[in-house]
Amino acid sequence: MTLNKASQNIVEIDNLSFGYKGRMLHQGINMVFPRGKVIAIMGGSGTGKTTLLRLIGGQLKPSKGEARVEGQVVHKQTRDGIYQLRRKMGMLFQQGALFTDLSVYENVAFPLREHTNLPESMIHDLVLMKLNAVGLRGAHKLMPTELSGGMARRVSLARAIALDPDIIMYDEPFAGLDPISMGVICDLIRTLNDALGATSIIVSHDVKETFTIADYVYFVANGVVAAEGTPDDLRNSTLPFVHQFVHGEKDGPVPFHYAAGDYAQDLLGFEQTRRGA
Amino acid sequence: MRSSILVSLTRFLRNIGHSFSDRVWRLGAGARLFGLTLMYSGESFRRFHLTIREVYFTGVMSLIIVLVSAFFVGMVLALQGYYTLQKYGSSEAIGVLVALSLIRELGPVVTALLFAGRAGTAITAEIGLMKATEQLAAMEMMAVSPIARVIAPRFWAGVIAMPVLAALFSMVGILGGYMVAVPLIGVDAGAFWSQMQANVDWRLDIVNGVIKSVVFGVACTMIALFEGYDAPPTAEGVSRATTRTVVTSSLAILGLDFVLTSFMISL
Repeated sequence: MTLNKASQNIVEIDNLSFGYKGRMLHQGINMVFPRGKVIAIMGGSGTGKTTLLRLIGGQLKPSKGEARVEGQVVHKQTRDGIYQLRRKMGMLFQQGALFTDLSVYENVAFPLREHTNLPESMIHDLVLMKLNAVGLRGAHKLMPTELSGGMARRVSLARAIALDPDIIMYDEPFAGLDPISMGVICDLIRTLNDALGATSIIVSHDVKETFTIADYVYFVANGVVAAEGTPDDLRNSTLPFVHQFVHGEKDGPVPFHYAAGDYAQDLLGFEQTRRGA
Repeated sequence: MRSSILVSLTRFLRNIGHSFSDRVWRLGAGARLFGLTLMYSGESFRRFHLTIREVYFTGVMSLIIVLVSAFFVGMVLALQGYYTLQKYGSSEAIGVLVALSLIRELGPVVTALLFAGRAGTAITAEIGLMKATEQLAAMEMMAVSPIARVIAPRFWAGVIAMPVLAALFSMVGILGGYMVAVPLIGVDAGAFWSQMQANVDWRLDIVNGVIKSVVFGVACTMIALFEGYDAPPTAEGVSRATTRTVVTSSLAILGLDFVLTSFMISL
């Protein structure tokens, strides 16, 4: 798969760097997200995968470089411009981020009520259609506290697609789910992407599920894109980091032990300090 | 030895500087949120049902604690007032004493303190948890301003609820004072009401009391909102923010009360 025809790309990240509190999280990241594809961003915890979604959504500003959505530089937009861009995006947050004071129905209706003047009967039909697409039409009267983790994630997905977005972003969609819910979410991401003709960006570290549905994968490590390719390319990669990550090996380029001094010295040093005291 | 003292001194001065700059930064951030809240108020008024809903949660739900407290405060005022006034043979003035104390000072101040403890903490915890569970970020990503949708309705609800609660506090407090002064102590009911009617001034007492409660409403609600909005998205962060709401609000109420009273007396 080639990912270099600019007109086909709905999102482009160009030489982007981002840091805060004196620490650079990304240093010159380049990525493209072609229309209609499911693209995954993978990497270990704390590598700034979610931050990349926030940079695409305009919630953060890059230190250098830019993220473009439909050719428009996100961080150069006015507030109204960013809000216009966000209306084309849907985002599934890691814990669902459902509004706890609203029912499942009202959560899904929320973007429709805020951004359209549709009559109540049409909102009703649209909400039930979106909930039906994620298999939870029967749960529309429940409150978020009455839902399981997997159900909350599916309701959040229904809310994310309420306005038929062009881009759907998923922040760790499989984290903390049981195998059945994981399979359901996995299937929904692919099905909804193809049915809506949208582009999906998945941030995840779950290799098996992500590789099942992704068309293309970027691996982020140490602030740069360490590897990229189709799931098959990465499964057969000989790069040590990718090999360790894909096969879940304990030790490798990412060490098991956090950087520390000499072990014996640490153990003996305590006794010596105590005697000295 | 000398160098270790120097290090300690430097650290002490650095901590003072850091603490000072942090407070100035928070004050600026709070003022910025206040400005944004006013800016987004028009957008928020278009969804006025949200403000009404918040008036219910912050105002109506605070009624029990405010009214019960008011009744007891009124009764204690009457008892203490009678004890002192009878020494000077002017126990009939008990009605004026209770009414003026409540309308000018205790009504706005105690209501605001109770409001900070009951509604302010609830606002901070709710917004802090909305932030921790990414509800505010989700709203932002749906192109809906959390300031217009979440902050501004709660702000205006607090500003509307506070003077009403303070007025109810004063009314129930006067009733409590009456219950102690007239049936219990035996002060003449006619003297109790007529002295009150003759000596409570509309402009100097009632309007000033309302002004105080509106100012306290703005301060209390804004502090609670800012602490919630600024809270680190962790359990510890939200609990600390909730505590700060009560401490800062209480100090702000008492400080502002002194400033407002000074202006009102000098005018």
